Amino acid sequence: MTAPIISFRGATKVFPGRRRGGAGEVRAVDGVTLDVHAGEIFGVIGYSGAGKSTLVRLINALEPTTDGSVVVDGTDLTGLSEARLRPVRAGIGMIFQQFNLLSSRTVAGNVAYPLEVAGWSRARRAERVRELLDFVGIGDKADVYPSKLSGGQKQRVGIARALATNPRILLADEATSALDPETTADVLALLKRVNRELGITVVVITHEMDAVRSICHRVAVMEHGKVVELGDAYQVFSAPRHPVTRRFVASALKDRPSPAVLARLRERHPGRIVTVRVDEVSGSSAHVTHVLREHEVDGTIVYGGITEVAERPFGSLTLELVGSDAAVGAALAGLRAVTDVVDHGTAADPRDDASAVVHAPGNREGSDR
Amino acid sequence: MSWDQLGPLLWAAAGQTAYMVLVTLVVGGFLGLALGLGLYLTRPGNLLANRAVFAVLNVAVNVVRPVPFIIFLAVLGPLTRAVVGRTIGIEAFTFAMCVMATFVFARLVEQNLVSIDPGVVEAARAMGASPLRIIRTVLVPEALSPLILGYTFLFVGVLDMSAIGGYLGAGGLGDFAIVHGYRQYDWAVTGVVVVLIIAIVQLVQLLGNSLARRALRR
Repeated sequence: MTAPIISFRGATKVFPGRRRGGAGEVRAVDGVTLDVHAGEIFGVIGYSGAGKSTLVRLINALEPTTDGSVVVDGTDLTGLSEARLRPVRAGIGMIFQQFNLLSSRTVAGNVAYPLEVAGWSRARRAERVRELLDFVGIGDKADVYPSKLSGGQKQRVGIARALATNPRILLADEATSALDPETTADVLALLKRVNRELGITVVVITHEMDAVRSICHRVAVMEHGKVVELGDAYQVFSAPRHPVTRRFVASALKDRPSPAVLARLRERHPGRIVTVRVDEVSGSSAHVTHVLREHEVDGTIVYGGITEVAERPFGSLTLELVGSDAAVGAALAGLRAVTDVVDHGTAADPRDDASAVVHAPGNREGSDR
Repeated sequence: MSWDQLGPLLWAAAGQTAYMVLVTLVVGGFLGLALGLGLYLTRPGNLLANRAVFAVLNVAVNVVRPVPFIIFLAVLGPLTRAVVGRTIGIEAFTFAMCVMATFVFARLVEQNLVSIDPGVVEAARAMGASPLRIIRTVLVPEALSPLILGYTFLFVGVLDMSAIGGYLGAGGLGDFAIVHGYRQYDWAVTGVVVVLIIAIVQLVQLLGNSLARRALRR
């Protein structure tokens, strides 16, 4: 395991209440202890107000901690003066939901800004700006003002600006939340490239599970200022433990039929309705095909989807099984041996399994790396 | 009096007005910008948040601004004497104009800075910029367009103030219109001065609008 580049130890941030005597104070971050490893893409997910934006601002000390400590790249930020914090901040790139570009400067002027702060010469700045704009794919926009750019282009400028001084860490605060789905995918791909080609550690704050699904190696789930779940992104997706995590996973993976959908499926399809899980452990749906053929049962896919989580296959398929009762029963037993199965029954004999979105126990250990 | 006699007097009055207005715009503009930045920066939650300093500056601006200028001249008398040496004449009058303009412009500057997206300031902080650099490279450039319009507004206010220069013997176009127009029942003279002032204001406003539009990168 690589060394941590960011370490939170009981990190706490309390905002004093508006009223006198500190009433109504807000514990935005509440005793968070976690490590972000060098070279990974780390996701922090939570609903608005969960404290994730404050957490990320502790990393570059835009907000000082009230209690606990934050160590970044070997430097303990606790109690450092504003003047001492400035060079630390300059070594950490940050991008924002609203891009936060200077409207009074051109694209090139925006990207050059951190270089001016760092005291680069004009010639070196110009060269570096050109290089960065080419890297993010907007080399032709150097002399344009931000107001003339699309959201995706603005975020590319934001990323170029954040990378200007060769930081080791990039903080992305809801960087894709103001973008349409297609542009979101482009920007996420760019962040992945930043991580892979430049070896920069990326911390992604988001309320969109899709962003986590497609690029994060590890993820922390936050609620009320606390980290309620932490782990490998694949593991968190495949075996969510906390209710908040389950809701996020359900929002990102729409592969499991809701009760209303199930009712319609049973109406439409007379056979036995079952949902089988497809993941790295149970393997591809080839196993399912094999089991069904063995027991001479016809399986028709009626719902579901298989996608990638952290670049590994994950999802579920809902099938209509048609065959003799005995054959279907045997096929179900055979399927249970290779993967998680949820039996939804038939229209005449519905089994409204509450575990339809929660996975049956048994395969848990197997999905851990 | 005939226009042959009035002409040179009108020129002299215009010169006095130009002196009063320009000095006030430079001094009041500069000090007002500084005071306005102070108000903005020390406001709770901002870059140099300081409740006490903000309260003092805020109250000072609120106390000075609403005082009618003709009364302000009298109230400021002792300070004017201490700084300028006398309480009448164009220098004493211009001093009072500078003080009032500083407070008026400070509020305009503050109001325009408040409209800047705090996210942009945060981004600059995240890049390691110091407060002084943020003032120079973020706050002023980002608010430049409304600041120019505010400064144009200040010009009209200052020209307005200068009209009562005659009260302290400072002369100027206002004094000329009163002495040679109003008191002589010569409406033509008053009319000419009014038209002249309107023309100047129109020109300056046009210039301000065009500069503000150029500063607005949209």
